[in-house]
Amino acid sequence: MQKEEKKDAPKPVEPAKPVAPSFPGFDPVATRLSKEFKHTSALLACRYEPSGKFLFTSGQDNTLQRWEIETAKKTDMAGHSSWVRAMVFALKDKILISGGYDGQILTWNYESAEPIPMRQVLAHQGWIRALGIDNTGKKLVSCGNDGRIAIWSIPEVKPIHSWQGHESHIYQVAFHPSGQEIVSVDLKGMVRIWDLTGKKIREVEAKALHKYDAGFGADIGGARSLAFSPNGSSLALSGITNVSNAFAGIGNPVILLIDWATGKITQTLAPKEKFQGTMWGVAFHPAGFVVGTAGGNGGMLWFWKPDQPNDFAVIKLPDNARDLAIAPDGKSVAIPFYTGFARTYDITPNLNPPKEVPPKVVPPKVVPPKT
Amino acid sequence: MNCKYACNTVEHGVSRRAFLGGAAGMGLGMLANPLLAKGLNSQQKRVLVVFLSGGVSQLETWDPKPGVVTGGPFRAIPTSVPGIHISELLPYTASWMHKLALVRGINTKENDHGKGSYIMHTGRRQEPANEYPHLGSVCSKLLNEDKNPLPGYLNITPNGSGGQSTKDAAYLGPKFGSVSISDGKAPLNLEKPTGINTEAEMQRHLLRQSANERFYSRRKSAMTEAYTQTYDQARLLMEKRGLFDITSESSKISDRYGKHDFGRHCLLSRRLLEGGATFVKVSHTNYDTHHENFDFHIEQLGEFDRTFATLLEDLDTRGMLDSTLVVVMSEFGRTPTINRNFGRDHWGTAWSVAMGGCGIQKGAVVGKTNATGTAVVDREVNGGHLFHTYLKALGFDSKKNFYVDQRPLPMADPKASPIEEILL
Repeated sequence: MQKEEKKDAPKPVEPAKPVAPSFPGFDPVATRLSKEFKHTSALLACRYEPSGKFLFTSGQDNTLQRWEIETAKKTDMAGHSSWVRAMVFALKDKILISGGYDGQILTWNYESAEPIPMRQVLAHQGWIRALGIDNTGKKLVSCGNDGRIAIWSIPEVKPIHSWQGHESHIYQVAFHPSGQEIVSVDLKGMVRIWDLTGKKIREVEAKALHKYDAGFGADIGGARSLAFSPNGSSLALSGITNVSNAFAGIGNPVILLIDWATGKITQTLAPKEKFQGTMWGVAFHPAGFVVGTAGGNGGMLWFWKPDQPNDFAVIKLPDNARDLAIAPDGKSVAIPFYTGFARTYDITPNLNPPKEVPPKVVPPKVVPPKT
Repeated sequence: MNCKYACNTVEHGVSRRAFLGGAAGMGLGMLANPLLAKGLNSQQKRVLVVFLSGGVSQLETWDPKPGVVTGGPFRAIPTSVPGIHISELLPYTASWMHKLALVRGINTKENDHGKGSYIMHTGRRQEPANEYPHLGSVCSKLLNEDKNPLPGYLNITPNGSGGQSTKDAAYLGPKFGSVSISDGKAPLNLEKPTGINTEAEMQRHLLRQSANERFYSRRKSAMTEAYTQTYDQARLLMEKRGLFDITSESSKISDRYGKHDFGRHCLLSRRLLEGGATFVKVSHTNYDTHHENFDFHIEQLGEFDRTFATLLEDLDTRGMLDSTLVVVMSEFGRTPTINRNFGRDHWGTAWSVAMGGCGIQKGAVVGKTNATGTAVVDREVNGGHLFHTYLKALGFDSKKNFYVDQRPLPMADPKASPIEEILL
């Protein structure tokens, strides 16, 4: 048997280095901190105002904060008697609508020098975790721990219709971009799609987003954030999965993509590198990628192509992230933190990357011989 | 300190048990942990402990601090007692506050589950050389009549294998240990075997009694005494097995308690107390909410609140509440600081317990924490004070001693004393 000669052996082909997908005008791989805003209390949620002039956040001190992005000038907005995680804007009426854990919906003249609550409505018994506004800006949808879904007229905040939507706490609600359908998601991962009269059209079980932890005797899960793709063909839900210890938060962040037309789960987006925590925010970027952020064992910000299960870009955050908002021009992502900071991250190409600094050469220590 | 036995050998215990089982022909060794019931004695004093295991948050229950940095998202609501507010998570319990009292100044200085639980059950800190009896065992010793068919200390657990824990009784002796009722299920083998009629059953009992007496006359010990009592109780319990059958309650009643485990267990507690039980502990799991404290407290207290209020109402309606000491406790509270995962951690420094019924002032509050709940600022007490209070509420002088081999052993921690302000 002839021995194979090494010198004639073909050289192994090096695997091609993965190339980050290209999104003209954006470069998630180059994501970097751009601005910091500091509040005196831990923050919970954030939303950009549609013109991009202001960023709104909410804090554990029950207030909202309006930040002028250019100057970082802060205006506190008091009115709720509990935490707020839901904020939407009615463009034509130039109002911010907030929903709180006090069960109340408040409307704010957000451009005013000192915004005050214009209307205050007790909408639900128990927490309001989410609000949605339709494409006309004239209808608002809310959900509560009372299991009810309610549609309201804007700007009056007058009830149009409400119904019992779920048996457990409702974590998310939103209008489909068409404005003709509503989606709601509860603690147990039950996704229900409704018409505007409250008639159930279909339901999807997002089982990955729920677990009953028998050891602790409690349910954990629900969609912690929800987003539609710009054309409304895909729905993204984020939360925690693979939970092994609910009360210590031992599980992994996850995003499920659901095809709106069929109700089928088409993709599960997860971090490439293992991470322990909850995906608190998800958004579709207009350029076509999905953005998600988590808190748990630290904080992370990931970017996915919707057809790929693993992220193509990631940056480590200084602390647990609690929400996510994409700027109206798509150039930055805002994240609120436990430490009271809201930070924005630039996701455009970095035209002035930091120069690589060569490592310092440290001369070896000369130890004098013992005498 | 352990209870003294005449004979500590395992072999001896086994052979005797085997003899009894063989003589009876039905393996009564299976009934090592019997439960027997008798009708309610209206004069009997009883104790119900609701143990919220894992450490319930005082800020989400009895001592809310809305609007401050540590307060969390929940608001305080008024109760049936003007001026007393509790968390909005307890609306049903709030309507019964005129029958309850709150101790808001507890500082056990203990953040460990096991050690905190020990303090709350025994009123003492754990010591390497000493074991102290649980409140249930002490109540079994002080309150339970020898002829009560039910064991003196019944422990309804959410899960587990059931059985007896003689360790809980420490120096009081094994017959005062706890008997666990796992998931509210009746002990095994309560049915009389088919083919054995009442006459045969009596003959078998007399034979066993005769064997016991012969053995007892020569080798009397705490353990043999417990064996004898165990078999006597088993016979009576077989006739009272219906106590464990909560399906005999109407659906209307079981709906009021709730279909969940805690609801079923509280309904069983009421039946056992009504059936003559001296001490019933029922646990609700779990409150160890290092992660998402607020979501989990909505879930757990949603179960606790309505069920507990229903139990209070039923005890009150039956005229039993004034003779039943009711205590809602945990191993500790939870940190005022809200952590980065929306959780609260272990906190024995400034927390609360609720109690009511026998010997307790109605609608009283004692102790106070500061504005953010980080420290006790008025009438600080610990587990020892609580233990003294329970005993005094039941009519005992908690400064007295138990005597084991003529050696005095204080019923409660001599360094502490009853919380007089809350006692009738």
